Amino acid sequence: MKRDAVIWAALTLLVFTLPAFVHSPYYYSVLIIIGIFGIVVLGLTMLIGYAGQISLGHAGFFGFGAYFSAVLTTRFHLDPWLAMLVGLVATIVLAFLLGIPTLKLHGHYLAMATLGLGMVLQIIFKEEVELTGGPTGLTDVPHLKAFGMVFASDQKFYFLVWIFLLVLYGLSINLVHSRLGRALRAISSNQTAAGSLGIPVNRLKLLIFAVSAGYASLAGSLYAHYLSFVNPSPFGFLVSVKLVAMVVIGGSQSLWGALLGAGLLTALPEFLAVLQDYEMLVYGAILIVMMMFAPQGLAGILAGLHEWVKNRDHKKNAQA
Amino acid sequence: MLKIKNISTFYGKIQALRNVSIHIQAGEVVSLIGANGAGKTTLLNTISGLLTPASGEISFDDQSLKGLAPDQIVKLGISQVPEGRQIFFHHTVLENLELGAYLRMQRKNRDEIDQDLARIYRLFPVLAERKKQLAGTLSGGEQQMLAIGRALMAKPKLLLLDEPSMGLAPKLVREIFETIFRLRKEGTTILLVEQNAGAALAISDRAYVLETGRLVLSGDARELMNDPEVRRAYLGKDYGEVWD
Ligand SMILES: Nc1ncnc2c1ncn2[C@@H]1O[C@H](COP(=O)(O)OP(=O)(O)OP(=O)(O)O)[C@@H](O)[C@H]1O
Ligand SMILES: [Mg+2]
Repeated sequence: MKRDAVIWAALTLLVFTLPAFVHSPYYYSVLIIIGIFGIVVLGLTMLIGYAGQISLGHAGFFGFGAYFSAVLTTRFHLDPWLAMLVGLVATIVLAFLLGIPTLKLHGHYLAMATLGLGMVLQIIFKEEVELTGGPTGLTDVPHLKAFGMVFASDQKFYFLVWIFLLVLYGLSINLVHSRLGRALRAISSNQTAAGSLGIPVNRLKLLIFAVSAGYASLAGSLYAHYLSFVNPSPFGFLVSVKLVAMVVIGGSQSLWGALLGAGLLTALPEFLAVLQDYEMLVYGAILIVMMMFAPQGLAGILAGLHEWVKNRDHKKNAQA
Repeated sequence: MLKIKNISTFYGKIQALRNVSIHIQAGEVVSLIGANGAGKTTLLNTISGLLTPASGEISFDDQSLKGLAPDQIVKLGISQVPEGRQIFFHHTVLENLELGAYLRMQRKNRDEIDQDLARIYRLFPVLAERKKQLAGTLSGGEQQMLAIGRALMAKPKLLLLDEPSMGLAPKLVREIFETIFRLRKEGTTILLVEQNAGAALAISDRAYVLETGRLVLSGDARELMNDPEVRRAYLGKDYGEVWD
C-alpha cells in the first residue's frame, strides 16, 4: 500500500510537470494514447492478476464505450458526459450478462466467451451501418467540455486523460488493498481454500470483471472524443491481444507495471517503424519470452533489481 | 445441532454417497472413518455447501441448509478445514487468519477480530511468532495449524476437519491431535474425518464408519474401538504408534 501510494504521488507529480518539457503536439498525442490504454490495462490487470481470469475481448468493451459516446452524441445529441455514463452502465450490464453464466464454470470459459463477444461486437460495429456508420464509422464526435473549458487541444486533452487515469489508478490501489482485493488474491492463490472460508468466489470474480469492463468503456469514450471519430478497426481481436500483452509485460500482479506495459507497447511502435509491420509477431514473441523467463513482468524484474542493489549496498556497508 | 437425513451425492453419474444419515449434538466430537475413496470428503463438502446432494435433508440448528451457498453456510456457523492443507501460500500468516474472518471483516468488528486472533495465538503460539511470515514458508505441521486457526477465525459452532494429520510426521500428528483435544475441552463441536482411526476414536465421543458411500457402523467411540471388525479393518499398528 505504501509503495503504491508513493508511486501514485510520483506519477501525479510527473503528469503535472511534464508539460513544462513537452511542447510538440505529437508527443502529447502519444502520451494521450498511453493514458487511454493505461486506463484499460489498469482494469485488465486487476482481472488477470488479481482474479486470475483472462479476457480476450477487452478491445470490444473499449469499443463499446467509444461507440456509445459517438452514437449518442452525434445521432441523438446527448451531452457527452451523459453519453459516457450511459456507455459505462451499458458496458457493465453487458459484462454481467456475459460473466454470470461463464464465471460459474471452472477453467478458461471467460477467455472463450470474451473472445466471442469481441467478434460479435466487431460485426455489429461493421454491419449496423444505420447506427454505427459501418466500416467508415462516425465523424464529428463533439469535444468534451467542463468548467467553461473545451478539451480540444492535445495539451488540454492530455490533462483530462491523465487525471482520469490518476483517479482510476487511485481507485484500483484502494480496491486491491481492500478486504475485497485480499480476497481476490486469495481466490487466485487457492480457490478451494477461499471457497471453504465462505469467500463468495464467483461473485467477486464477476465484480472485478465488470469493473475492468467499466474501465475499458470509459477509456473508449475518451478515445472517441479525442479523435472525434470512431471506426471499427481499433476494437478488434488483435487489440485485445495487445492489451493482454501490455498486462503481461508490465507484470500482472502490479498496477504500476501495467502502466509501464501500456507505455512501452504504445510508444515502441511509434518510434520503431519496423515494429509496425510485425506488430503481432513481436507481441507474440514477447508474451512467450515473458511467460518463460519473467512471469512477474517488468515490475518483477525491477523489484528484483532493487532487492539486488539493496543487498549489495548492505554487503558493502557490512564490509566497510 | 447437525442432522443429516438420507443424503445421496453424485459426481455426474458416479454416486459417492448413498442414503447417509448422521447427527451431531452440540459439544460433541464425532469422527468419520473409512478407507480412501469411501466418501468422507464428499460428505464434508456436501455439508459445507460445496457440493449439492441429489436427495436427502441437512439441517443445522433446526434450519434447513437446502439451497444455501457456502458463504451462507459459513455465516450460520459451519467452517471446514479442507483436505490437504489448503492455505494461501503467498499471504502472510496474519493475512491467512484474517481471511478466515472474511465474512465479518468490517471496521466495527476490528476489536472482536483482534480478540479472536489473540485466542488463535494462544492456541498456536508458533503462529504468533510467524505472523509476518509468508504461509508458504511454514513447515507442514505449522501449515495445518494455520488452516485450523483460519477456520476458527470464522467463529464456527461446528468445525469440519478433513484429515488434519495427513502427510505429517508422527510427532506433528500427535501435536495436531492434542490441539483437537484442547478444542474439544473448550467446547468446540467437531466432525473429524481421519484415516488414523485409532487416534481419532481416542479423542471422540462417537464415530461413524463409511464404506464405499454407505454408513456401515456407528456408535460410541470406546465401543467401536473394541469392535473386532473395526479393529481388523481400521486399527492397524498406527493406533499404538500415536498414543503409546
Ligand atoms: N471431483 C470428482 N469427480 C468424480 N468423482 C469423484 C470426485 N471426487 C471424488 N470422487 C469419487 O467419489 C468417491 C468418494 O471420494 P471422497 O473424496 O469423498 O473420498 P474420501 O473418503 O475423502 O477419500 P480419501 O480418504 O482418499 O480422502 C471416490 O470414489 C472418488 O473417486
Ligand atoms: Mg478425503
